[in-house]
Amino acid sequence: MTYSTEQKRKELEKYFEEKSSFNILRVAQMKRDWKKANRRELTWWESTYIPTVAGGIWTTSTHFFRNLFFHIMHLFGLYKNVSAAVTYQYPEQKRPLAKRLRTRHRLMKREDGSPRCVACMMCETVCPARCIEITAAEHPNPNIEKYPAEFKLDLGKCVYCGFCVEVCPEDAIRMDTGKLDTAEYSRQSMIYDKKRLMEE
Amino acid sequence: MEILIKLLLSCGTLGAAFGVAGLLTWVERKQSAVMQDRIGANRAKIFGFKAMGLFHAIADVLKMLSKEEFMPQGANKFLFNLAPYLSVVFALVGFAAIPFGDRLILGDRVIELQAANINVALLFIFAMMSMGVYGVVLAGFSSNNNYAFLGGMRGAAQMIAYEITMGAAIMGVIMVFNTIDLQQLVRAQGDYLFGWLPKWGIFVQPLAFLLFLTAATAETKRIPFDLPEGESEIIGYFVEYSGMKFGMFFLADLVETVLVSALMTTLFLGGWQIPYLYPDGFHFPWGASIALSNMTVVILGILSFFFKLSFFIWLLMTIRWTLPRFRYDQLMKLGWKVLLPTSLINIAVTAIVIVLLN
Repeated sequence: MTYSTEQKRKELEKYFEEKSSFNILRVAQMKRDWKKANRRELTWWESTYIPTVAGGIWTTSTHFFRNLFFHIMHLFGLYKNVSAAVTYQYPEQKRPLAKRLRTRHRLMKREDGSPRCVACMMCETVCPARCIEITAAEHPNPNIEKYPAEFKLDLGKCVYCGFCVEVCPEDAIRMDTGKLDTAEYSRQSMIYDKKRLMEE
Repeated sequence: MEILIKLLLSCGTLGAAFGVAGLLTWVERKQSAVMQDRIGANRAKIFGFKAMGLFHAIADVLKMLSKEEFMPQGANKFLFNLAPYLSVVFALVGFAAIPFGDRLILGDRVIELQAANINVALLFIFAMMSMGVYGVVLAGFSSNNNYAFLGGMRGAAQMIAYEITMGAAIMGVIMVFNTIDLQQLVRAQGDYLFGWLPKWGIFVQPLAFLLFLTAATAETKRIPFDLPEGESEIIGYFVEYSGMKFGMFFLADLVETVLVSALMTTLFLGGWQIPYLYPDGFHFPWGASIALSNMTVVILGILSFFFKLSFFIWLLMTIRWTLPRFRYDQLMKLGWKVLLPTSLINIAVTAIVIVLLN
């Protein structure tokens, strides 16, 4: 069956009639449903803005003088345990992190310093961002079978989901370095290799 | 010799105005930080010295001087370059008439500590402050940018609305002290009400003080009256300016803050007056007295002036970092429907009281 242009137009109109939220009936319905917020009229004293302005200035100045007092006392070495600011001075002073927080990865080591990883490819398979790339090689020890000749982790792609840690049968990768500030000058150097991942 | 003294006074006034305004960039950062439980800018350092972030002002100036001066296509070149200078110059010229100390006696020479002893000092300052709006309007007009134009227009409308209130508010003060020479006005504030309360403007004209404070905050074009700028809606009259020309608009705002604070000090807090300090020393109302030399009295006066000045600067900064911006219709309503009638009522009441008291 072929559509004529007329048929097609009618069908489209019908379709939009049902779907469109700009239906005139529906707008009227919405207008009926509007609620008027009952705002209190300001009294004469409030409409001068003086009480609210004074209250605001009182709030900010109490903070100002309290903090100024403690800043000055800190200069003389007094009241060191009372902080005059709620901020952290970031690179020198870091916020305490939760123990379970997923931070930059590290590869665990065996007693001899070689990676604990057996190159089973579980993490590479489960990784939703596909940021892990392992090249497996045969391990000289017959009990271990394989080891990663290369273990590349692209932190530019990583979404910090922690699946690689969950899935690892050997507990060879962990995300507990507490490092959040991964910054590099190029995309290429965002790809961490085995050596850099084992540094700590 | 006379000229040399004048030159020294004017250079000193200009230097103080520039110095305080430059320091205000630091004060603004630090005060807002301390108010908001932060530390504030403290990273710029020279030879390992941070000096509590004082060097950020220098870093700012260096940055602005080394930036590109950009001029948009279709801008009026002459007016575009003229506008920032107008803003700064008219803000600075006002300082010439501010008295910052009592008369200094060196040998047989009497020096009034005021760069220009004009007998219509108050009118002069008001004229200069009104001229300052030309910088805003011209910047908006010449930038060939709709937002800048809108900012300029808002600036002009706001200036008209609040300049009138400002003028009307000080009428009461002028009527009480019967002079518009600022040095004489400060001297007149050395009297005492009931024998112990200093006859300062704030005590004889409290309503005028509130009105003037509001109008003066509007005059500086800073939050809550920063409609010409309106960082979050229109960028304002200086949207097309870059480099040091933008810096000059920025400086003009701060210089105006200092000027307005100096004016409020002079009109309402007795300028360089210290309660119970006479030209020959302290004479307390309970009878005790301390004799002081002329030099000491003058220096104390100057210190008192700067103390009151910094109080007002602190107040303006606190207001700027506390209140949100007015809506445009609220601004106009406040200016024309609230402040102006109140200031007119203030004039009428003051006149009636003066007539009754005489």
